[in-house]
Amino acid sequence: MLQVLIPLTVDALANAAIIFFVAVGLTLVFSVLRVLNVAHGSFYSIGAYAAASLGLWVVSAGLPEWLTFPALVLSAAFVAAIFGPFVEHLLIRWTYGKSEALQILVTFGLFLILEDLQRIVFGVNSLYEDTPMRLLGSTMIGGIVYLNYQLLLIALAILTLVGLKLMISHTRMGKLIAAVVADREISQALGINTNRIFMLAFTLGVFLAALGGALATPTTGVSPGLGADTMVLAFAVAAIGGLGRIEGAAVAAIIVALARVLAIYYAPELDAVAPYLVMLVVLLVRPYGLFHTDTTRRI
Amino acid sequence: MRMFLLGLAALVIVAIAGISAPWLQFLLSLAIAKGLAALGVAILLRAGLISIGHAMFFAIGAYATAFLTRNGITDFVSLLILSTLIATAAGVVVGAFMVRYRAIFFAMLNLAVSMVLFSLLSKLYNITGGTDGMRVARATFFGIAPGEQTFELIVFLTSLVVVMLVGFAVSAYFRSPLGEALKAVHTNEIRLEYISIPVWGVLLVGYTISAALAGLGGSFAAMIIGHVLPEMAFWTESGHLILVAVLGGIGGVAGPFIGAIFLELVHTFAASFTDAWSMIVGAALLFVIFFLPSGLYGLINKKRGGSAV
Amino acid sequence: MSKPLLKAENLEISFHGVKAADGVNLEINEGEFLAIIGPNGAGKTTLLNLCTGYLKPSAGHVYLDGKQITHLSPRQIAKRGIARAFQIPQLFTDHRVIDNVMLSNAARLNLWQMLSPLDRPRYRDEAMELLRMFNLADHANDLASTLPEGRRKLLDIAVALALKPRLVLLDEPTSGVSAIERFGLMETLMTALRQAKVTALFVEHDMDVVRRYAERVLVWNRGHVLTQGRPEEVFQDQRVIETVVGAV
Repeated sequence: MLQVLIPLTVDALANAAIIFFVAVGLTLVFSVLRVLNVAHGSFYSIGAYAAASLGLWVVSAGLPEWLTFPALVLSAAFVAAIFGPFVEHLLIRWTYGKSEALQILVTFGLFLILEDLQRIVFGVNSLYEDTPMRLLGSTMIGGIVYLNYQLLLIALAILTLVGLKLMISHTRMGKLIAAVVADREISQALGINTNRIFMLAFTLGVFLAALGGALATPTTGVSPGLGADTMVLAFAVAAIGGLGRIEGAAVAAIIVALARVLAIYYAPELDAVAPYLVMLVVLLVRPYGLFHTDTTRRI
Repeated sequence: MRMFLLGLAALVIVAIAGISAPWLQFLLSLAIAKGLAALGVAILLRAGLISIGHAMFFAIGAYATAFLTRNGITDFVSLLILSTLIATAAGVVVGAFMVRYRAIFFAMLNLAVSMVLFSLLSKLYNITGGTDGMRVARATFFGIAPGEQTFELIVFLTSLVVVMLVGFAVSAYFRSPLGEALKAVHTNEIRLEYISIPVWGVLLVGYTISAALAGLGGSFAAMIIGHVLPEMAFWTESGHLILVAVLGGIGGVAGPFIGAIFLELVHTFAASFTDAWSMIVGAALLFVIFFLPSGLYGLINKKRGGSAV
Repeated sequence: MSKPLLKAENLEISFHGVKAADGVNLEINEGEFLAIIGPNGAGKTTLLNLCTGYLKPSAGHVYLDGKQITHLSPRQIAKRGIARAFQIPQLFTDHRVIDNVMLSNAARLNLWQMLSPLDRPRYRDEAMELLRMFNLADHANDLASTLPEGRRKLLDIAVALALKPRLVLLDEPTSGVSAIERFGLMETLMTALRQAKVTALFVEHDMDVVRRYAERVLVWNRGHVLTQGRPEEVFQDQRVIETVVGAV
């Protein structure tokens, strides 16, 4: 049984790592801007397309194969730099303090535009670029084969979690973000440039989503419709963990991953349902998510 | 009264267009089916609630029709009524949980339920046909099986009658205490409690009606298209319903239908020279939000009132 | 003396460790006009929140006609005959003035009536009568959000009275109303209360209003009842002069 369950679990955790990147971006944007960005999943798929395209170019140009690794991060940064400040300034800023319904509508409009933009720029074909995964190869431990790339994904997710927490508690920028999250009005009164914080936080959120997409390409490739699928999954994870809670997103990603393992093992047809069932149950019992404390606003 | 005449005029125009150009019938009937579901979403918008999952009731109505047809019920009217009842029952059950939640939590919980339904529809291959969906055999009318063109004409005419009946019923509902209270939930929920009107009851009735309308639309759609697919319950479909409700928001009860027909027509014509259809719709949505905010049921303003202290 | 209509016994509640009510006892008799005064932040509004079920006390009970209502929701308590008007008017701002009153009237209807038209002659006449009493008849078809502040206050009270309550709790009925309009508003209010035979408890900060209209005054300070009695007695009390009257 363990021979089956362990690889399944590693597989699921690698998936969880990718979803964590997207969900933590969503949750970060929500906690700072108080906007639920329905178009967040599109940044994931744009990141994926950008990474796959860049990777394919690196290979076809005959450059050293190891360059496909920095290409993953570079394409995510590129997507964040193009879309982050621009979208925040043009669209999202206008919805601050407006009703949630309106924010959802505006970002849904953005989602529709970004979906077509991807089709126009990248076409409707699926892209596969798995050089990074091939280069890393696999390891055999106790008779079970592990893909090293999957282990790398899990490690990166943990690093990101720790990095984000350290950034918020130890850097000047992080403390400013925490202050804006705790009390927007007082932060403004204290002379903090909240607009700049919003733009930075949104861009960071876009980067995390795009990074998730970029890191996912070597294992899954990228095809149209990916953004919409990822969006709901990230939604589910962020909601389970408590919207706005960074460590909540991490724990929720693991919970969802384990729920899927159990589903695959006991009732394979429930695999895709598992995340949403967990979300439904958690929201019915704790509408604000597992990690929400109602007296304090924190990240 | 002016709204009523406007709606009636629109209905007459649609009827004339459909009868004089039969190739439009399929398109118009389908637009009306989606308009019914969008009207359901518009009901909830009045209470300030946004559901990113309402397509689930559209899908429930559609799949109910598919299952009933497969099990030997082929009469058009019976299928419409039974499917709507099934969606209504689902609306009561789901609504009973939903009415406790507001704002983003309402939106997300609806999303969760609809995605559970979507995943089940796509995975339970033996029951639902999985991602292939199910075929829906052409319905009969009082025992008579019509040819394709007659069928489309009858469905088209029926949809017009249904729109008229639904239009009357829903505008009567909006003018009743329960309907007026729906708007009051948005402006001042606490006061509503303090005048001893049960908010949960107001919302549950609204939710159930909106589910029934979506189910009715879904049943129509299943018969018009002749096929049902899990995608009918996907969250982007729910997003499109909100979009139609908002785009048509200016026109009262007739709005969602006008919005749906307008979108469907533009879609058809735009398809011949561009495939960036979503982009056009998305841009139009943003345009309406930024430049014609009167179509938004007062959603522009942050929720007011609500504190007793 | 008749049996009390509303009775609160040993009410206790605290927020973040500060006691807003600490063993409070209170009685109001049928037909009485009881005023509650006290310095700002004394927890007067908290008392109204406790009596209407919006807040639950950590100890103590509230009785209506000798029956426990402590555990009931604001809606259930409203249904049993306690209406409330608010310090900051709580209106349905997207509705017309008359709709605000008609909705309040509609609370008594059964499900079938709840689904038939609201704006029909019978309900309209009933609402107009109340609006006339509060000099709001001219504004009947205006949106509630367009009313000036003083009139919003009146409408808020009219909405409470439209419930046909036995007891109405008024939270600073004259706050936000100009000094010139203040007594006019109170005259209107008292006439309406007498005519409908409604018992009233009002929290008030204007001592002239209290002196003129209250039959009994209860002085509230720091979660305690300092003293209570007829206005002329209470306003002689040195402690009252120090904590309340002097502070105003």
